[in-house]
Amino acid sequence: MAEPRPAGRGWVPWRPRAVSPSLLVGGALTGGFVLLALLGAALAPGDPFAAAGVPFAPPGPAHPFGTDDLGRDLLRAVVQGARVSLIVGATVAVASLAFGLLVGGVAGYVGGTVDDLLMRFTELVLVLPRFFLALVVVALFGADIIHLIAVLALTSWGIIARVARAGVLAAREQEYVLAARALGGAGPRVLLRHVLPNVLAPVVAYAALQVGNAVLLEASLSFLGFGDPNLVSWGYLLNNAQAFVRRAWWLSLFPGAAIVLAVVGVNLLADGLRGWHPGNGRGPAGRRGPTPQRSGVTQRTS
Amino acid sequence: MLAFVARRLAQAVPLLLAVAVLTFLLIELAPGDPIVALAGEDGDAAYYAMMRERFGLDRPLGERFVVYVGRLLRGDLGFSYRLQQPAATAVLGRLPATLLLIGPALLLSTALGLALGVLAARRPHSLGDTAVSTASLLGHAVPVFWLAQLLLLVFAYRLEAFPVQGMRDVRLDAQGLAGAWDVARHMALPVTALTVQFLAPIARVARASLIDVLGQDYVRTAVAKGLPGRAVLGKHALRNALLPVVTVIGAQVGFMFSGAVLTETVFAWPGLGRLLLSAMLARDLAIVSSMFLLLTVAVVLSTLLVDLLYAALDPRIRYG
Repeated sequence: MAEPRPAGRGWVPWRPRAVSPSLLVGGALTGGFVLLALLGAALAPGDPFAAAGVPFAPPGPAHPFGTDDLGRDLLRAVVQGARVSLIVGATVAVASLAFGLLVGGVAGYVGGTVDDLLMRFTELVLVLPRFFLALVVVALFGADIIHLIAVLALTSWGIIARVARAGVLAAREQEYVLAARALGGAGPRVLLRHVLPNVLAPVVAYAALQVGNAVLLEASLSFLGFGDPNLVSWGYLLNNAQAFVRRAWWLSLFPGAAIVLAVVGVNLLADGLRGWHPGNGRGPAGRRGPTPQRSGVTQRTS
Repeated sequence: MLAFVARRLAQAVPLLLAVAVLTFLLIELAPGDPIVALAGEDGDAAYYAMMRERFGLDRPLGERFVVYVGRLLRGDLGFSYRLQQPAATAVLGRLPATLLLIGPALLLSTALGLALGVLAARRPHSLGDTAVSTASLLGHAVPVFWLAQLLLLVFAYRLEAFPVQGMRDVRLDAQGLAGAWDVARHMALPVTALTVQFLAPIARVARASLIDVLGQDYVRTAVAKGLPGRAVLGKHALRNALLPVVTVIGAQVGFMFSGAVLTETVFAWPGLGRLLLSAMLARDLAIVSSMFLLLTVAVVLSTLLVDLLYAALDPRIRYG
């Protein structure tokens, strides 16, 4: 999907097809996910922890997604559960983007011993099994969503730092950067004004992938029963469904489908972002920037 | 080659040490006084002081860390008072059951992933390729425990084709070949769930790296000199395309174990997952932290193994 389109003779800088299907579908799904998270309480109002009908009502007009063992409305819970996923996903992605850019940018631009040390540290972060680290932290410090976000944010930037470093290394030797430095531009300024904008596209794509990973990790922890007990989340709903798989299939089906749609959405968006540089007007050449290795894309280090 | 192995091993040491520091600090930083946990809440100050001295908790942090690393090197990962056995024994005792799920799933997903990768890469952007890409995207997004629940629902409850949970049927108490068949029947659903989970990244990377390799000059040469497609693919392309696949497998050790823990929970499989869960509920830190430590070490070692495999698979790579 992200393969550069061959630059045929008929190529024009802008045409409708330049927006890839990945970007469209991914954008739509992600948009829906964000809307659900923002407007959830308005779309399906009411306390998701309160009973709303008879227990184990199958999906029907009164309860489109059915009810659980305590008669709680599943649609309400799924809609409102989007918020936890989005909060975790978005915070982790933004934080890892910031850390990753900082570490990777400095390592690539300064080079030498600093580069060596920072990359060694990055290697350590990449090696940590995040799922088990998160479990340790939750076991030690308690199942608070802040703890979960902190662990994931502090350990998800490794791949972004690598991509950012590779991009900076490639850009550093470009003529326009050399020119900026020859004109007397100070290091940080050159880095921020000239180098950074050119490594941003692949880095943002990788940050978007972290949204999906964080959503899955949060769901996994909640599924095991170690999510924040005060918040309704998709993983929590699946944890609750486990005891009633035989009796009430809907309790499993809908929350899981919500996770899949959200993760597919952000991953497609990431895929689309990688192949699309908005407004650079340089045509396919713009796509030849520092393309990260595909092998890292769906790699879920947990 | 030997020098390379030695150097690479030496490079892994600081990483392992850093992992030990992290685990140590996490346990140190945790709220709650370990002495209160050990000695009870109603001891007086003198008693606490005595206990503190006895367990070496009055020593400075650095000294305690050295003691901690010394114990790790002797294979002592702490003691689980709940299980009344060393944490390492408890974890290693449960490992075989978990490996019984991960091993077959890894073999199946590698074979299937390579096959799907070849199918997709032979004609990029064809219908088959799009199907493979879409499927691997879905496979990545599907939480393994949800897939496990759906498999349970359809194949165990509705179709009654497979047992619902556990590793063997206690009512049968089958031995020998019949016992192996019983375990295999219990393995089928969890291994399927894990295979799907491992498959997605392998298929995706196999496709991407094959497309890359098939576009290279030496492949064009092989085609030009009249080799049949099968030989070009099998003898020339696949071998080089394997490298990124090996990487992705090596990098996913942690991911495989977390997948296994989640899958085991759904099927009540008596492996590491159940041990971890009960330890979490009882705040049995010795078990939880040992599992984290052992897994991280496994990840470091598998990364090392991948590097060594690289040198074996690709004669161009010589770490002199």
